[in-house]
Amino acid sequence: MSDPIVKMVDIKKHFGPVIALNGVSFDVKAGECHCLLGDNGAGKSTFIKTMSGVHKPTSGEIMFEGSRMNFNSPRDAMEAGIATVYQDLAMIPLMSVTRNFWMGREPKKGLFIDFDKANSTTMSEMKKMGINLRSPDQAVGTLSGGERQTVAIARAVYFGAKVLILDEPTSALGVRQTSNVLATVDRVRKAGIGVVFITHNVRHAMAVGDRFTVLNRGQTLGTAARGEITPEELQDLMAGGQEMAQLEGSLGGTV
Amino acid sequence: MSETQPAAGGQNDPAPAGGPDDERIKEIGGLRQWLIRPELGGIVGVITVFIFFGFLAGDSGMFNPQGILNWSQVSAQFMIIAVGACMLMVAGEFDLSVGSMIGFAGISIAMFGVVWGLPMWIAILITFVICTAIGAINGLIVVRTGLPSFIVTLAFLFILRGFTIFIPQTVESRTIIGGIEDAAEGDWLASIFSADIMQWLFVLMAEWGWIDTFTRGTREGEPVVTGIPMLIVWALILVVVGHTILTRTRYGNWIFAAGGDAQAARYVGVPVDRVKISMFMVTAFCSTIFACCQVFEFGTAAADRGILKEFEAIIAVVIGGALLTGGYGSVVGAALGAIIFGVVQQGLFFAGVENSLFRVFLGVILLFAVILNTYVRRIITGER
Repeated sequence: MSDPIVKMVDIKKHFGPVIALNGVSFDVKAGECHCLLGDNGAGKSTFIKTMSGVHKPTSGEIMFEGSRMNFNSPRDAMEAGIATVYQDLAMIPLMSVTRNFWMGREPKKGLFIDFDKANSTTMSEMKKMGINLRSPDQAVGTLSGGERQTVAIARAVYFGAKVLILDEPTSALGVRQTSNVLATVDRVRKAGIGVVFITHNVRHAMAVGDRFTVLNRGQTLGTAARGEITPEELQDLMAGGQEMAQLEGSLGGTV
Repeated sequence: MSETQPAAGGQNDPAPAGGPDDERIKEIGGLRQWLIRPELGGIVGVITVFIFFGFLAGDSGMFNPQGILNWSQVSAQFMIIAVGACMLMVAGEFDLSVGSMIGFAGISIAMFGVVWGLPMWIAILITFVICTAIGAINGLIVVRTGLPSFIVTLAFLFILRGFTIFIPQTVESRTIIGGIEDAAEGDWLASIFSADIMQWLFVLMAEWGWIDTFTRGTREGEPVVTGIPMLIVWALILVVVGHTILTRTRYGNWIFAAGGDAQAARYVGVPVDRVKISMFMVTAFCSTIFACCQVFEFGTAAADRGILKEFEAIIAVVIGGALLTGGYGSVVGAALGAIIFGVVQQGLFFAGVENSLFRVFLGVILLFAVILNTYVRRIITGER
């Protein structure tokens, strides 16, 4: 495969006395889906925020397309091509799909928003993602959780994201909606975008992931390619092995 | 793991929630589509109010030229402050200092222009600068501290009113300052707040016999309505400009976004703080325009002007369909709310009804509007 678009080497992040990240290395290549797995409190959120420019790492290097990057704000990261889709803060429910889609980058015709262009582009981009909108004026609040994620992903892709960070996109969704989002991830990956898929659900990760990295207590426990690791092993790594194995045994291996 | 494979089609599945082409999402009917327009309440209200007073006060002179001028002027006053309050509310904030700002701006003009003898246009410009700066301070405090704008602007309600009484009281030993007409005589800037425009049209209409003329006194032969007051012109300009900015421009999209979900807006790069602060400035600007129109019409400035105006502005905005929680509303709706206000307030007067009933009406209509808006919000967001 090609060189990584984003490569993060030995990232450390301290919040005062709290060590949130203690040496995390991670990279994502074009056209792959790299899953970052970790239990609650493993440091996933801090890591995403470091990657998307919200936090500056205490130490460590972020390489973007081969050169060293220093993001000072989410805006910097966005302009470089790193787009983040947050779990529940992606959309504004009272506003229309079009207005959400273009927010912050509204197309202008003279002084005003070019609504013809905005509406038709929104409709066609959503169609590409497999969502037929009733109308571009439809409020985002009327869409399901999965559809909202898809609007956010479509938006990021349309505005030229090279890397797409998805923060637990499936954790609040039902089975059918999850399938739709995973299908979208697959579509985005095939378009040559590097996807960072953050989740604590091994099944969802296995469904679309090309590589898997497990984060535990602020450290990466290594990266495995698809086929090199079983779901059970991933689960163990995430939960810290021993105890989980016992717990799983008592629950009949269903967790 | 079969459930995680991308499912294709499956229209007949008893799926848990709506995917693409969901057969269970009903087509939205025309009526329902209409119902979720923010202006609906306002339009229905305006029609109702006109029919009601058409019957109740139809023969009282309410709908002759003077009557129309009367309630139009009152409505226009409400409209001016409602535009600012509406845009601010859409951005997710309130301003309770509107009324105090009106009093403050009026006294400011009088102090600079009459007491301290500056040319009137300079006094007006200084006042606009001071008032919008105070609006910016309001906004800055709200944005920086994260406190509810309700509390911050409540503080300014008292602070501004206090200064409005204190300054003329200390300097001049009075709280009503007259002589503004003389001081503003021939001033170009003052005249755009006080002039009547299109006077020729009314002279013409009087000649045609469409409107009455004075039959006695010094103004004999002149039409009873001499022209359209600038107050009304200002109101219409603000409504058109406000509506256009809110619905057609990029900045308008950001105003909705700031009120709809500030955090989500920040994530996509909307300068939420700047948007909110600028809307506080717009509200202050509208209050100052109100004060100018009032001061140059009456010829006096008084420290007690504008009391309770902030609530009237907010009520007009809510009647106009805006949500108190921000992110949804319409300037045209707010303008309709202002018309309902003006017509009812003056209509009760024309109909000879005890004026205190106006407050009863206000309370009742406010309650109805909020209930309707909450219902509309549920339709839009699909909440149950």
